[in-house]
Amino acid sequence: MVPFSFAGTEFVALAPGALFWERRRALLVADLHLEKASFYARSGQMLPPYDSDATLEELAELVAQTSAEEVWCLGDSFHDAEGCERLANETRDLLRRLTSEARWTWIAGNHDVGARRLADHCGGRVLGEAEVDGLLLRHEADPREMRPELSGHYHPKLRLTLKGRHVARRCFVATATKLILPAFGALTGGMDAGDPVIRKALGNRAAQALVPLADRLLRFPLAA
Amino acid sequence: MSDLPPILAHWFETRGWRPRRHQLAMLDAARAGKSALLVAPTGAGKTLAGFLPSLVELIEQPTDGLHTLYVSPLKALAVDIQRNLLGPIEEMDLPIRVETRTGDTPSDRKARQRVKPPQMLLTTPESLSLLLSYPDAAQLFANLKTIVIDEVHAFAPSKRGDLLALCLARLQRLAPALRRVALSATVADPDLYRGWLSGDGDLDSVILVEGDPGAEPDIAIMLPQERIPWSGHSGRYAAEQVMRQIEVHKISIIFCNTRSLAELIFQDLWAVNDRHLPIGIHHGSLDIEARRKVEAAMAAGKLRALVATASLDLGVDWGDVDLVIQMGAPKGSSRLLQRIGRANHRLDEPSKALIVPGNRFEYLEARAAVDAVEAGERDPDVFRPGALDVLAQHLMACAAAEPFAQADMLAEVREAAPYATLPEDMFDRVLSFVATGGYALRAYDQYKRLTLDADGLWRVSHPRFITQYRLNAGIIVEAAMLTVRFRNGRSLGKVEEGFAASLAPGDTFFFSGLSLEVEGVKGEDLYVRATSKPARIPTYGGARMPISTNLADRVRHFLHEPEEWPRFPPDVREWLEMQQRRSVLPAPDKLLIETFPREGRHYMVVYSFEGWNAHQSLGMLVTRRMETAGLQPIGFVSSDYAIATYSLKPVTDPRPLFSPDILEHEFVDWVQESALLKRAFREVAVIGGLVERQHPGKRKTGRQVTFSTDLIYDVLRRYEPEHLLLQAAWADAKARMTDVGRLGRLLDTAAERIEHVDLERVSPLAVPVLVLIGRERVAAGTVDDALLIEAEALVAEAMCGDSDINHVA
Repeated sequence: MVPFSFAGTEFVALAPGALFWERRRALLVADLHLEKASFYARSGQMLPPYDSDATLEELAELVAQTSAEEVWCLGDSFHDAEGCERLANETRDLLRRLTSEARWTWIAGNHDVGARRLADHCGGRVLGEAEVDGLLLRHEADPREMRPELSGHYHPKLRLTLKGRHVARRCFVATATKLILPAFGALTGGMDAGDPVIRKALGNRAAQALVPLADRLLRFPLAA
Repeated sequence: MSDLPPILAHWFETRGWRPRRHQLAMLDAARAGKSALLVAPTGAGKTLAGFLPSLVELIEQPTDGLHTLYVSPLKALAVDIQRNLLGPIEEMDLPIRVETRTGDTPSDRKARQRVKPPQMLLTTPESLSLLLSYPDAAQLFANLKTIVIDEVHAFAPSKRGDLLALCLARLQRLAPALRRVALSATVADPDLYRGWLSGDGDLDSVILVEGDPGAEPDIAIMLPQERIPWSGHSGRYAAEQVMRQIEVHKISIIFCNTRSLAELIFQDLWAVNDRHLPIGIHHGSLDIEARRKVEAAMAAGKLRALVATASLDLGVDWGDVDLVIQMGAPKGSSRLLQRIGRANHRLDEPSKALIVPGNRFEYLEARAAVDAVEAGERDPDVFRPGALDVLAQHLMACAAAEPFAQADMLAEVREAAPYATLPEDMFDRVLSFVATGGYALRAYDQYKRLTLDADGLWRVSHPRFITQYRLNAGIIVEAAMLTVRFRNGRSLGKVEEGFAASLAPGDTFFFSGLSLEVEGVKGEDLYVRATSKPARIPTYGGARMPISTNLADRVRHFLHEPEEWPRFPPDVREWLEMQQRRSVLPAPDKLLIETFPREGRHYMVVYSFEGWNAHQSLGMLVTRRMETAGLQPIGFVSSDYAIATYSLKPVTDPRPLFSPDILEHEFVDWVQESALLKRAFREVAVIGGLVERQHPGKRKTGRQVTFSTDLIYDVLRRYEPEHLLLQAAWADAKARMTDVGRLGRLLDTAAERIEHVDLERVSPLAVPVLVLIGRERVAAGTVDDALLIEAEALVAEAMCGDSDINHVA
């Protein structure tokens, strides 16, 4: 695990697409999209009902590995506003255990906005956005924001063709003051890290895609 | 023998024709109320033979409702047949309405067809399946007398064949008196097709009618003016000679084995087309408009030659074609015959064909194909159990039409030949998959597509699921494609997304007969402009047809029987004689393995002759074993004939590398890690209806399938590895992508058949295989990480000193 610094703060990018803030012992993840499968099952696409388990088990493992005391979910934690009410009992139990064992914050996203009962169902607290030690945590990057900002929303993915092979990996996208996290959810797809939509959210500044591997962090410049 | 009604007899007379024996035999079968399989060569008047009984019945006993269904694998073919059938009907002024119904038919006409059906309806398996999903299907088909299935050899042993077999079972329930008729090119074993057609396996219920054989085709192998090349597999060297042949024939079709090769050959021909003869190109990636235009130009006799791929293997009858040229190896005798059949549709005159072998092995393969054709030998057809994803789609269609009882439906499904032995518990699992996704650990009880009602019938729980089914039904799942366009919006055709992703602006490639320069990708479009720069090779359309087992056997015998060699050209003979002296000629019952050092590497060449797909799989597996054994393999290449591995340490005993337990251990691991299974899963997830291609009201393309099926696959594999769709994906991956059957046969007997020869240097036989090295890539488990690390280093080198970015770190 190789630390890197963003806006003067040390972070570790973890291979499954989470960020560990060592000084605060805080784990940051974005776009869990829990209960996405059951959302689609309602309309006839019977996706495997195990996506929330897969996502939360992976998250629980990271919490245990890093001994995180604080967890920040940067929005779209549930695929829709009613998602938290559809959790299967054993999955809800796992989530309640997680939220009771760490200081847990749900930042509201666009998918789960209005999920007022989220804290009742799952524990933790819900905030619109937060400023922590000089860093802004929100769901969607604001190109006008001048302060250092961590966000999610865009599900960035690096896609490359190397020696005839297509390689696609979830990645972070960073400028000097903005850091976008990849989606963490088991069933969340991705958007090309160089997509104009992402570039626009970054104020069209020069950016890097950061790809965490088990033992190193790779950096790929993205066109400004 | 049956008499024709006077009006038909008169029609034959005025044309100066007489009904052929097999045409009358088909009429006899109909009058006896029997189903029939007609096996006849191209040009034998098969289509008319199929329709003749229906015409007779409709003349003798005119009826108003739907009388005959005609099902063909191709949309375009249905259009073509309509022309051939409508001609006679019009000329006799018969009161018979004939209409087509395919995915391209306007919806108002489709609606009208259900209310006021024509007597004869021409359609495809997919459109028929959809038709059966309407509640009025029972009424529409109640008086159906005959179903005619054309080109049955082309699709019975496939998923589309499974769907059609299920439709047949359903139709038979709706119309118990229905007769089944199938038309086929010559096949190795007609009884397999009789069984398929009968549904219940009772061969006696299907009369076999065989057409008279046509004149023996006149097939020659074109030899180059110089030597047959060591390498390559396209025959591109022969462009000049091919052009001379085009010049002295009326109309030629030049068949190529891949789309990219067709583009290259087309360019090569134009470069030597001194007389500027009109030459066209036709393949499945080209825009439908472009293809129709070329087909029309062919039909009107405006072209002198057409460069084509398998997209022309079936159907369209052009009459005036007098030469077929096969570029590269023919791969199978049936396939070659099918292609030759495109030339000269008069039975009494021989069709003329030329094969242009790409290398020395391909010369042997061409020779084997010519011998096989002369001996009347056909490629064996492999029928497999019906696909479960297709059954899922069919059950949804049936439920959409009307509620059904579980036991009745199982009985009906088993009346379709591919599902005759379907176990009951498997059927129950498919039904549960359709109803709720079929998950064992956690059920979607609150969201059901099908529910069991109080009368014990399964019914669709909401009409929107029917709409969804109809939008997404279909058996062909296309790879994600991008449209190739000029700036002005004109579309040239489609290329696979993966190919497009490998292109950068400024790159050039051949497509649609043009050299194109990439401008960029926007959304679903790849923008290009025409350029005069030389183009790189497009690699889209990567499917490769492996050499058939019967041709491979013949090639093996050639190698080992010097008495055959005087027939071969001098350079091929010399090559084999040199092999005999320097190494060993592989005997048909042996598995020859040569090892030798060369330029600091150690090579192992295995002459297994099991075709490209099986070899590709075997190469992956054997290099894994070499890795474990510490032999430090660097890579491997494979052809239809052999595999060559290269490593830092020598293989001293190849036997442990080829033991059959490789299929139980390494094979499973490898397939699960490889992209093969994910690709197969995508297909079964779409066909089975797990994910939608289109959502009502939204137009989706292959690129935008609602979900990444790779992610679904990962979750499912972790939580429910026994799920029905994973099983279906496995079955597909094994059967189609890895050729596991041929691989298994090879490995089961390898131990006693291996003949290992350790050489000091490369053998003559190894050369055509080794020259492939450097053109194929090796894939390993963690190779993606390594590639990314390498790419980062390259980029870093090229981009260092970018101050705006460095301080991020």
